Amino acid sequence: MKKYTYIPHTEEDIKEMLATIGVKSVDDLFVDVPKTISPESLKIPESKDELTVRSIVEGLARKNRFLNEMRVFTGAGIYYRYIPSVVYHMASKPNFVTAYTPYQAEVSQGTLQALFEYQTMISELTGMEVTNASMYDGASALAEAMLMAVRVSKKKKVLMASNIHPEYVRTTKTYVTPQDIEVVMVDYDKETGQIDLEDLKRKLDDTVGGVAVQYPNFFGVVEDLKAIKEILPEKTMFVVAADPIALAILEPPGKFGADIVVGEGQALGSFPSLGGPGFGFFSTNMKHVRMMPGRLIGQTKDVEGRTGYVMILQTREQHIRRSKATSNICSNHAHNAVMAAIYMSTMGKEGIVEIARRSANTAHYLAKALEDKGFNLTFKGPFLFEFVFDAGDGYEKKWKEMVDKGILGPLPMERFFEDMKGKALAATTEMVKKEDIDALLEAIA
Amino acid sequence: MTIFEKSKKGRRAYNLPDYDVPEVDLGIPEHLVRSEKAELPEVYEVEVVRHYTDLEAKNYSVDRGFYPLGSCTMKYNPKLNEDMATLFRWLHPYQPEETIQGALRLMYELKEMLMEITGTDDMTLVPSAGAHGELTGMLIIRAYHLDRKDYKRNKVIVPDSAHGTNPASASMAGYKVVEIKSSDEGLVDLKELEKELDDTTAAIMLTNPNTLGYFERDIVKIAEMAHEAGALLYYDGANLNAIMGRARPGDMGFDVVHLNLHKTFSTPHGMGGPGSGPIGVKEELREFLPVPVVRKDGDRYYLDYDLPKSIGMVRSFYGNFGVLVKAYTYILTMGRDGLKMASDMAVLNANYLKKLISEFYPIAYDKDGNRPCMHEFVADGTKLLKETGVKTLDVAKALLDKGFHAPTVYFPLIVHEALMIEPTETESKETLEAFANALKEIVEEAKKNPESLKEAPKNTPVRRLDEATASRKPIVRWSKE
Repeated sequence: MKKYTYIPHTEEDIKEMLATIGVKSVDDLFVDVPKTISPESLKIPESKDELTVRSIVEGLARKNRFLNEMRVFTGAGIYYRYIPSVVYHMASKPNFVTAYTPYQAEVSQGTLQALFEYQTMISELTGMEVTNASMYDGASALAEAMLMAVRVSKKKKVLMASNIHPEYVRTTKTYVTPQDIEVVMVDYDKETGQIDLEDLKRKLDDTVGGVAVQYPNFFGVVEDLKAIKEILPEKTMFVVAADPIALAILEPPGKFGADIVVGEGQALGSFPSLGGPGFGFFSTNMKHVRMMPGRLIGQTKDVEGRTGYVMILQTREQHIRRSKATSNICSNHAHNAVMAAIYMSTMGKEGIVEIARRSANTAHYLAKALEDKGFNLTFKGPFLFEFVFDAGDGYEKKWKEMVDKGILGPLPMERFFEDMKGKALAATTEMVKKEDIDALLEAIA
Repeated sequence: MTIFEKSKKGRRAYNLPDYDVPEVDLGIPEHLVRSEKAELPEVYEVEVVRHYTDLEAKNYSVDRGFYPLGSCTMKYNPKLNEDMATLFRWLHPYQPEETIQGALRLMYELKEMLMEITGTDDMTLVPSAGAHGELTGMLIIRAYHLDRKDYKRNKVIVPDSAHGTNPASASMAGYKVVEIKSSDEGLVDLKELEKELDDTTAAIMLTNPNTLGYFERDIVKIAEMAHEAGALLYYDGANLNAIMGRARPGDMGFDVVHLNLHKTFSTPHGMGGPGSGPIGVKEELREFLPVPVVRKDGDRYYLDYDLPKSIGMVRSFYGNFGVLVKAYTYILTMGRDGLKMASDMAVLNANYLKKLISEFYPIAYDKDGNRPCMHEFVADGTKLLKETGVKTLDVAKALLDKGFHAPTVYFPLIVHEALMIEPTETESKETLEAFANALKEIVEEAKKNPESLKEAPKNTPVRRLDEATASRKPIVRWSKE
C-alpha cells in the first residue's frame, strides 16, 4: 500500500474497520455509485513526495516577474503596499487559518471578536454605522450593493458612473440583469474626470432606486460626494465604492449621506496575489441592516454575564431563508478581513494616514514631473495616488519593454476604454521612492 | 478586551523609511478632506502579537482537533500548500501576460486536472466560493436557454435536502425555486420529480451524494429525465470528496459542476473564507463561461476575454489565485491514486463512525444501521429529545466540552434533530472511536442527568451566549461608552 502523509489508515486499520462495518471491501461501500471511470484511466499524474512537488511549484514560480523585484506604478484596484511582517505572522496562526465559519460561538470567540473589531475599523473608515464580516471582493460587493439598493428602494433601475472600475461595472451587470434590473451608465466629465453632474440630473427620475460612484474613481479622481448627494432625491440609495486607504485622508462617504459604502480591501494587508484573495467590505446604516447581505457579528453576554460575540440577524441568510435570503453568500473572505484588522491595528490611527499622504504626495510629484517632460494629465479633477496621463501612441509596447528595465509602469488604459488610446493610469504607494520615479521618467521618455 | 481598549495615544507598531520625495500641495477641496481621523487603535508591535495570539487561542480548528462538520469537508490543510502559495504573493493581476506565465500555467494545469476529475469539457476558476460558483453556474444555464430562445424556462427544481445556497443562488439568477420532497429512502423521489419537471424547468440542482450522505443511485435516470424535458442538471460539488477516482459528475449526466477547493482540495477554510468555487461545464455550455478563461496557445498561456456569449464577469480579476496554488499543490501531492484513496478512506471513516454511533444513536433513513453511506451521514436526535428532553443543540454544546467541534446541526432540514457528521479521510480510527465514545457518554448523561447537558458548554472560553438579544438589539461595533 502506498503511503500518504495526510491519511492515517494502516492496512490493519482498514481490515478492522471493514469487519466492524460488516463488509468485505471498501468497494462494497460504493454499491450505489455507477463506476464511470477506472482510477487508472484518470489523466492525472501519480502521487508525489513533498520535495518533488516543491520543486515543480517552485519551477512555476520562477516563470514570473514579481512586484518586489520591480518599481511598481500599476494599481487600478490592486496595490503593492507595505505589509509589516507581524500582519502575516499573526494572520497565519493555525487557529485562524484552519477554523471554519463561527457556527459554534463558544469555541470561535477568536474569529468573532477579530471580525467584530474589523467591522468597527471599517465603519470608522467609511463613516457608516455597520459593516458586515466581508464579501468576496470589491466588484461583487458593489454588485450586491446595487441589489440591496433595489431591495430597499423597490425600484428596478440603477445608475452607475462610467468612471467606476470597468470590472466592477461588468460584475454588477452580470449580477443584476437576471433580476430584470436596468443599469444606466452616467457619463463622466471629459475635463475633470468626475461624474458628469448634468448627465446625472438628466438620467435621474423617480424610477431610479440607486446611484453608484467610486471614490476616488477609476481614473484616480476624487468625486465631490457632497455635490452628488445634493442632486439625489432623498429616497434614492447613494452607493459609494471607496478605496480604504484613501478614506484615511478623504472625508468618509458616511459624512455625505451615503447609504451603502463598499470597496476592495486588498490594500489593507492582503498580498496582491494576482488579484485574489483580497476581500470586499460592505457598510451601511442601521436602518437598512436587515436588508444587508452577508454575515454580521454582534456583541452579547454569556450566561455568566461575560462579554462575547455571535453571528447575528442570520434570518437574512441563505441557510435560514433559502430562496428568500438577501444574498446567496455563504463562504466569505473572513481570513482576509481578519488580516485587515491586524493590518489596521498595526498601522493604526497615524500610520494609515501617513501612508495615504505619502502615496498621494508621491503621485503628485510624479504628475508634475511627467508634465514637465511634456506628458499632459488627462483630467483636471483633484486626485490622490492615481492619475491618468497621455503617455503617447505606442505606449502599450513601451510599457511591456519597461518590465525588462525592472519597471512595472503606469497601466495602459486602452484595454478598458477604446477611446483612451495612449493614455495610462499611474499609481504610487508608499513603496515608491524618488529613485523609482527618476527611473520611470528616464525609461518613459 | 478589545484592541481599542488597549490603545494608547502615541504608541505605534509600524515604521516607514525616511521620505525623500519633496512635499507637494495635493489640491483636494477642503470639504473633501477628512476632518477627523478614523479611530483606529494605537498599539505597539508586541501588543498586536499578544492580542491576536490571545484571540487565536480562543478558536477551535482543524489543527487543534476533530472537526466533523457535515458537508463542510474539514480535512487537514497541508502546510506545504501554504508555503507554495507564498511564492506567488507578489503578482499584480494587470502585469503583462509575458511576466506571469508561471501563474497562468499553474491555473491552466489545475483547470485541466479538475476537468479530468469532474468529467467536464471546460472550466472557469474565477468564482470565489461555492455559492459564488452556484450563481455563476445558474447564470450559465440561464444564458444557454436564452441563447436557444427558450424563454419560458423560469423555474429550478431542488430537493428539500439541498444546501440553502442552492435555492438562494437559483433565486439570484432570476429563477423561481420549486422544492421537491425526498423519498422515504432520503433520495430524489422520481415521481415527485416527474410531476414538477416540464418545459418551464431550467435546471435541477443536486448534491450527490446528497446531504444525508446517500448516493442518488437513480442519477443516470434523473439526468435522462432532465434532458428529455430540455432542462440541465447542476452538480453541487460540496460532497465530491466521496467519489473521486470512482465516478465523475460529467459522466453521470451533469451539465454544470461546481467544486469547493476549500473542501475537497484541502485549502483552508480561514474562519469562513476565502474559498474557491470553479465551475466545470459540458461542451455546449463553454461559450457562456464568465471571462476571463485561462487558455493555452502553443507554449503561451493567456487569459481569454473573447467570448461574445459569455455571462460577463462575476468578480474582478481571475479569482482567488492564492487558493488555486494550494489546490494545485494538493492535487500534485495526492495524484490520481491519492485522490481515490482520499475518497475511499473518507467513505470508510464515515461508515465506521456511523456503525459505532448507530449502536446508541439512530441514523436518519437507516433503520438497522446497515445502509452504506458515503463520506457523511446524519444522526437523528428526535428519539433522544422525546425521551430525555435533551436537544441536538445541547448535544452539540456537550461535545465542545469534550474537546471536539460539533457536527453540523439542524441540517438537512428534513431531519428535525439532525447531527450531520463528516469525518473526512484525514482522521484516524482512534479519533473516530474517541468521538463515538464522547457521544455515547453524552447520551448516557442525557438519560441520567439531562439538566447538566443544558448547561454545557462549561469548559470553553465563554459559555452559551444570548443570541436573541444580540439580534434584537444589535451591537455591531465597539464604541467608547
